[in-house]
Order: sequence, then structure tokens, then C-alpha cells
Amino acid sequence: MSTLLAHLTIWPILLPLVSAAVLLLLGDEHRRLKSLVNVTACLAGVLVAALVVWRADADRLGVYLASNWEAPFGIVLVADRLAALMLLVTSIVGLCAALHAEGAWSRVGVYFHPLFQIQLMGINGAFLTGDLFNLFVFFEVMLAASYGLQLHGSGLPRVRSGLHYLAVNLLASALFLVGLAVLYGVLGTLSMADIAAKLPHVPANDRGLLHAGATILALAFLIKAAVWPLNAWLVPAYTAASAPVAALFAVMTKVGIYTLLRLWTLLFSADGPSSHFGQSFLLHGGLVTIAVGTIGLLTTVRLDRIAAFSIVVSSGTLLAAIGADTPAVMSAALFYIVTATLAASALFLLVELVERIGKSRRQQLTEDDDDDDETAPGEDTNLDDAQLPLVGRAFPVSIALLGLAFMSCTMLVAGLPPLSGFLAKLSLLTAVVDSDATGSADLPAARWVFLALLLVSSLSSIVSFSRAGIKHLWATGRRSAPEVKGAEAAAVTTLLLSCALLTVFAEPVLRYTRATAEQLHAPPSYVDRVLSTTAEPRP
Amino acid sequence: MEAVLACVIGVLGGAGVWLVQRPRTFQVIMGLTLLSYAVNLFIFSVGSLAIDKPPVVRPGVPADLEHYTDPMPQSLVLTAIVISFATTALFLVVLLATRGLSGTDHVDAKEDEP
Repeated sequence: MSTLLAHLTIWPILLPLVSAAVLLLLGDEHRRLKSLVNVTACLAGVLVAALVVWRADADRLGVYLASNWEAPFGIVLVADRLAALMLLVTSIVGLCAALHAEGAWSRVGVYFHPLFQIQLMGINGAFLTGDLFNLFVFFEVMLAASYGLQLHGSGLPRVRSGLHYLAVNLLASALFLVGLAVLYGVLGTLSMADIAAKLPHVPANDRGLLHAGATILALAFLIKAAVWPLNAWLVPAYTAASAPVAALFAVMTKVGIYTLLRLWTLLFSADGPSSHFGQSFLLHGGLVTIAVGTIGLLTTVRLDRIAAFSIVVSSGTLLAAIGADTPAVMSAALFYIVTATLAASALFLLVELVERIGKSRRQQLTEDDDDDDETAPGEDTNLDDAQLPLVGRAFPVSIALLGLAFMSCTMLVAGLPPLSGFLAKLSLLTAVVDSDATGSADLPAARWVFLALLLVSSLSSIVSFSRAGIKHLWATGRRSAPEVKGAEAAAVTTLLLSCALLTVFAEPVLRYTRATAEQLHAPPSYVDRVLSTTAEPRP
Repeated sequence: MEAVLACVIGVLGGAGVWLVQRPRTFQVIMGLTLLSYAVNLFIFSVGSLAIDKPPVVRPGVPADLEHYTDPMPQSLVLTAIVISFATTALFLVVLLATRGLSGTDHVDAKEDEP
């Protein structure tokens, strides 16, 4: 057991990898078994992530030397508080998306389960790695799986937006590589800790090149994080993707945010010649993104587009919070990241269920009002092993359940009491107002704009969600109740329940995020920790 | 040698960026391919260019950059080539699917209005 615990940090990568391999080996005839393996692996992922969080919080788990090679030369995995928190959020979203997919979606195409696990592996790896090139590799693993998942279910809208999504991400990868190469050329290392250690010693005439490299690298992450004007790809790709995939994609934008947060605090938050490089760009880019997302929210009553635009708003909020750069704002932002991710995933899962109202399965296939012509699998293709129609029992309380879930999502995204969205927005607002005290930023005007935009974006989410709620849930007339299966209902409920738990246990979570923000603002301790870890002696 | 390589990377990158912005999917994939060539050459060049210097240590020769070329960019470029090749191949599949489903090779899957 203790040897297993010693390798705990690499479990979140190995577990999905092994599950994906097993799922690939299982043939198409073992559908029940595959579903079982997928959900069990996701459940195990939640347990492992919880264990990682527990160890990281006790400050016991730090650096894992892959293959026992020491830091600047070998590739290290670092599970500090931030990485552990992101792992836990990802695993919860992964579990719920996997559950929801068992309703119907996992059967509309091939290789859903292995791709799902590989995507989880890529995301987990990106959170854990302490090496820039390894980060690139995990990004590509994540993206390669996401290309397949985005196309899952096929149909022209998916393929068309998939083409754009692929082209944009290939360009982003090219930028990533160029930025990485410039940083290597200037610093001669790719280990994040080593880069942070060598950064203050870069001669003045190389600084321009260093900043150019860092900017190009940041561009790749900004594309991933969907910052205006680099976010035109997001709304079509996310709305075209099938429900469980879109829910998982909600985490992917957070990977971009996470990387920016990690690298920016590590490289540029300390005092020195490059101190606070690019800070005002992050802040202003974030503000503009919130504004664009808010306008987008008001322009549509389609639920899937509302969900996609609320992702844009949350990305902007987080980016502006990184740019504001005080431990208090960052701690509130970390609480917000958890709430916003869970709420956005729940919303994406919910959207598809709400759109079923008043439509039988066959109608959904033949006469769809939107340009999605295959939002759900057809009745004929959909027989399970026992040859029972997959339509399932009609959930007698399905409308009530959907209505309550939709209201909870509205409260979470808009930040209304009593759910955790309110606590996140409130602590963010308080931290932004209070940041005069610490006085790190000389941008008071931007801070007031941030405050105003936070409130305006909340208001417009309420307007937008109410409009959509009336159209899709309230004014449904005599349309028949939707068919919601147990697994799908359980997935949405679990996500919303975790938000409710987050509200009840806000105190310990906020304590954790505060400790995380302090850890992020002390890059030397991270560097020391990574570089001083020595290899295990040979047995 | 540096000037020649810089020109090559510049021409490849410029042509790639231009092609990526064209409306036909085939032009876009050619653009992405050229861009990945440019990026790979660029990564290769950050290890400083040298002739007749191997990246592998030989016995009897001191292991420093006087006698060897930096092996790191070469290994990076190898990984980058493999990954960009695979993703470009995937792009090709999606390109063909779009062509099959929409009957046009326009990137938006519909022709511009005349």
C-alpha cells in the first residue's frame, strides 16, 4: 500500500491510460461491460483525485520524479494544491459526463469510451506536469482525443465546426512550439521550475527575445482559454458537440486558464526585471472577454449557445482575476473556477435533456428545428443487448426535475444566493474592492470596470436564462414530458449536488483556495521544492 | 547558413499563413503542413547550427557543446514531427468527411454567394 501511495501522483495519468487500453481491447459486443469499465474508472479517478487533494493539503505530496530522473533533466510531475484541486474538479465532471453518456450518447458512434478516457488522461497530465514540452505532449493528447469526441455522433454541423476547431488548434499548437523553442533558445531548459530559477539571470539584451517567446507561448493558451478575439471557434464547436462531450469540454477551457495561471505566477509574479510582464494585457483581455460573452448571452435564446457563452464569461472573469494579481482575488477566483466548471458542465448536460421536451425520439431525428439534424440517436439504431427499446421509462417527475435543475444552474451561473455561485461572486467582488489594501496593481480604473462587468454579466445571465427558461420549460403548452433516463438524471443531480456541498462546506474550501493562492504567490518555494527533490537510491 | 535557414523558415511560414487563410480546405491543409515544416525547422535551429558535430557522446571526447551539438532540439523536433503528422492526417479525414457530407470543398461547407 505504501509503495502504491508513493506513486500516487502518477495515478491520475495511469488510471485513464490503462482503462483506455482495456476498453480498446473489449470488442463492440461487450457494450454493457464497456460502460461499466468506463464509469468505474471515472469513479476510481474521483477517489484518486480526492486522495491527491488530501495529501496536497497536508503538504505531504510534492514532486514525483518519473523514471527516477532528477528535476532539470528528467520530467517531473508536481501535485501541488492547485493541480490537485483541478484534478478533483476534472474527475467529478468526468464521472458525471460518463454517467450521462450511458443514457444514449455512448452508443451513437464507435470508440466513445477509449477516447473519453484518453481525453481525461490528457487533461490530468496537463495539470500535473512540471515540464513545458511534456505539457505540449499532454495538450496534444487531450486535443487529439477531443477532435474524435467532438465529431462523435457525426452529422454535417459537427463535421463543419470540427474542421474549424481542428484548424484553429493546429495553429495554436504551432504557436505553442514556436514559443517553447524561443524559451529554450534563451534559457536552455524546459523544466518550469528551472525556467523560473534562471529567469532573473537572463542578460538585458536577451530579455526582448524572452518576452517575445513568452508572449507567443501565452497566445497558444489564450486560444485554448477562449479569450476575445481568439474565441470565435468556441461557440460553434461546443454547441455542435454531443452533451457529455460538451460537458467535458467545459473543463478544457479551464486547462488554458490553469496553464496561464501556473506559468504567469511562476515566471512573472516575483519581483525582478520581468516583474508583472503582460499583466495589464491579461486583465484587459479578460475584461473585454467578459463584455463579449455578456453581449453573446443576450443575443440568443438557444440553450446550448447560452451555455457556451457562459463559458466565455467565466473564462474572461478568471483571466481578469489572474491579471488583478493579489492573493485574495486569486483565492476567490479559484473558488469561482470550481463552481463555474461544475455549473457549466451541468448546464451542457441539461441542455440536451430540456430540448427533448415535447419530442418523441423519432421526431427528434426527423424534424429538428435547429440546424442540428442528429441531436439524439434514433429509435431503431438504439436497441440494447436485451432488445428492449432504449427509450426507457418516462420519468414521471422529469419536467419538475429539469425545471429545478435549470433553476439551480441559473442561480449558479448568475451568482444568486443561496448556491455556491453566489459565494464565489461575492468573494470575488469583495476581494476586488479590497485589493487597494495590498496595493499591487496600479490600475484602479480597470478594477472598477471589473466590478461593474461582474455585476452586469450576472444581470444579463439572469435575463438570458429567464428568457430561455420561459421558452423551453414554462411555455411548453401541452407538449409531452421528455424521456429522461436514470443515469442522465443522476449525472445532472450529482453535479448540482456537488455545488450544494460546495455551498455548505464553503469555509474549508475557501481556506484551501487561500492556501493555494499563497502557494502560487511564492514561486521560490515551488522552485526549491522541485529542484531539491533527489532521486530514490537504487534498491 | 543562418541567413539561408532564416529565409527558408520565413518563406515557409509566410506561405503557410497565406494558404491557411484561403477558402478551400485543400489549401488550408497545405498551409498547415507548410507551417509545421517552418515550426520544425525553427525548433531545430534554436540549438544553434553546426556542421560535423554529432549529438551523441563518443568515448574520449569531452562532453561539452564545443564538440557536440545540442541533442535536445533534435529530440523535441522528432516528437513535434510525429504529433503534427498525426494531427494533419486527422485533419485530412475531417476534410474528406466535410467534402462527402456537403458536396463542396469550401471551409464553411457552403459556397460564397456570387
